[in-house]
Amino acid sequence: MSDNTNQDNGTNTDRRELLKGLATVPVFGLFLVNLWRKMRRDALKKSNLLADLFQEKSPPTVVSDLSDSRHLNLGIIGYGGRGSHLVRGAGFATKGWTDSASENARKNKLDKGFETFMQQEDLNVSLVGVCDLFDVRADQGINASKNEVRPSGGKSLESATRYRYHEELLKNDKIDAVIIATPDHWHAQIAMDAANAGKHVYCEKGLTRTFDEAIDLYDTVKRTGITFQLGHQNRQVEANEKAKQIIRQGLLGDINLVELATNRNSPWGAWVWDIHPEGNSKTIDWDTFQKPAPNKIGFGEEALKRFFRWRCWYDYGTGLSGDLLSHDFDAINQIMGLGIPKYASSSGGIYYYKDGRDVPDVWNATFEYPEKDLTVLYSATLSSNDPRGNRIMGHDATMQMGGQSGGGSVHGFIVKADPESTRYKERLESGIINSQYPIYSYSPGSKQIDGVTSATSRYFANKGLLYTYREGKRVDPTHLHVKDWLDAIRSGGQPRCNIEVALHEAVACHMATESYLQGRKIEWDPKNRRLV
Amino acid sequence: MKQFQKGSYNLDYSTYQLSGLVVLRVLIGWHFLYEGVAKLLNPYWSSAAYLLDSKWLLSGLAETIVSDPVLLSISDYVNMWGLTLVGASLLLGLFSQYTALIGMGFVILYYLFAPPFLGLEFSKPGEGSYLIVNKNLIEACALWVIYSFPTSHIIGLDRFFSNPESN
Repeated sequence: MSDNTNQDNGTNTDRRELLKGLATVPVFGLFLVNLWRKMRRDALKKSNLLADLFQEKSPPTVVSDLSDSRHLNLGIIGYGGRGSHLVRGAGFATKGWTDSASENARKNKLDKGFETFMQQEDLNVSLVGVCDLFDVRADQGINASKNEVRPSGGKSLESATRYRYHEELLKNDKIDAVIIATPDHWHAQIAMDAANAGKHVYCEKGLTRTFDEAIDLYDTVKRTGITFQLGHQNRQVEANEKAKQIIRQGLLGDINLVELATNRNSPWGAWVWDIHPEGNSKTIDWDTFQKPAPNKIGFGEEALKRFFRWRCWYDYGTGLSGDLLSHDFDAINQIMGLGIPKYASSSGGIYYYKDGRDVPDVWNATFEYPEKDLTVLYSATLSSNDPRGNRIMGHDATMQMGGQSGGGSVHGFIVKADPESTRYKERLESGIINSQYPIYSYSPGSKQIDGVTSATSRYFANKGLLYTYREGKRVDPTHLHVKDWLDAIRSGGQPRCNIEVALHEAVACHMATESYLQGRKIEWDPKNRRLV
Repeated sequence: MKQFQKGSYNLDYSTYQLSGLVVLRVLIGWHFLYEGVAKLLNPYWSSAAYLLDSKWLLSGLAETIVSDPVLLSISDYVNMWGLTLVGASLLLGLFSQYTALIGMGFVILYYLFAPPFLGLEFSKPGEGSYLIVNKNLIEACALWVIYSFPTSHIIGLDRFFSNPESN
């Protein structure tokens, strides 16, 4: 008896031991069951949401690698702020820039500017000619051409030749292609001279200062058959290509309204740029600078202001139109393939920067596409930094790009369903889609960290003009855009911002500018290629 | 009465005390486990966003980690797997005393990377209102309690590895 009892006790103890040891295992099981249910629910939600909407394709790759096929000699005409960035995109930075960029990277580990430059592909080009009307900048261009610090192990090269006039540079038979980054009033003349001299052209935006110049330049490029690229580096931004896919798949439904916005709030952003201390009548060729300008003044303090802050006057550019609307218009044209609008009207004024400029600092433009049942609104201010972003508004969903809700990261975008959407009606009702939360968000490089800090950098980054991502790696779209042009020259193909789309941008911007200047609605007559 | 020998201390738990401690251990374990698993399942998750928002003493360290892709991926892996393993360990009661300390280390680091001190502003909105004390600090203290009042040798897999005499 007692033996049996002991045995029973032993078994009971063992069982109790086991139960106590495993007491929390059911909780673990409960966890796993709930985890599985949640994962299944998420997967179902995702497949319900995405099945008929997205056929995810891999991001577009850069035009195939042709850099080693043929060495090209480049000339730069206008080595200012933008010109120096473009030349860096081609692989040449001044010693001053590489020194300070590497120093910045040493001081701030999040500053990836130097690393991004050094990882650029070697484009197999030489900078052999530099043309600038300001001696200091011409010298900097020369300095960049022979700097030993070059990306991806590129060789250091011979010093470039300085040219005072672009005509002289174009006479150099060794030069295959030129980058034009002068103020806008010189673009048309130089680009046409270059095309006529058989040089390929990369021209900064805005394409030209006037509508007539744009038509003339278009015809010249077509006639000469050179490879022309307009400097809208947003053409290389992955987010724009993703957005294009989504719109093409009809995710947004009918789109009748697009809102584009520019918000800046700093003197730099309003083109009040530094007047170089070494700028004077001896170092600046003022007469040549103002040659194509409709109004001319003698050299003096006012001329210095105009030389360094040229965007503030219609004599040299078109203000917000050519500088910033052009970027946003080209981006939306890239995404939606809009072409030239039928009508444009615009209004605005000089409300904040009463510093003698004649271009508006608050300016709004409307573009109408009756055949597409679409209106594009552009609204710009230079005295508020509130990042409104760009919005493509469809009956079924809205895409918000850049600005505050840029997918939580630089130049991403989000898509939110419309509560009254027809397409998503059932899914909205069943709770699969919630109109409060994005149904799609695109934030490139979300695992990458950039030290994009200054307000201006952030502005550009939000617009996708500073950095883009290729396979998760940060690259400068300016570099990609220059490469795209060089690859097209070598392959005989068309670059992404060729003269056809360049003309769309130019005509749209000039229609809006003319509307402001003439105080009336402007109509595009495509048959006779003129503004009515 | 449960009793066990630990160093020079004798810890006796009443059933209520034991239940409370086990429930606390299991709940914290669940929380850690899901925090870890959720990160493992999200291909876009990275510790970078949290680190970038770091203020105070460890902000320099955070910046060093974020700026170095290797360090950042180590930090990501340590977080994802650390939280998962600590969570499972606490939940199942396997080596819980040690993992309670490791877990405490994690939460104290989270606290120190972004302490809710006067004068520090964080860009990520908090889900509550905190002044010096936040839920991380409380969870760290709770893990201290779990370390100091171990239960896994009574309720948990550790029972199979401990001396039955003392249970």
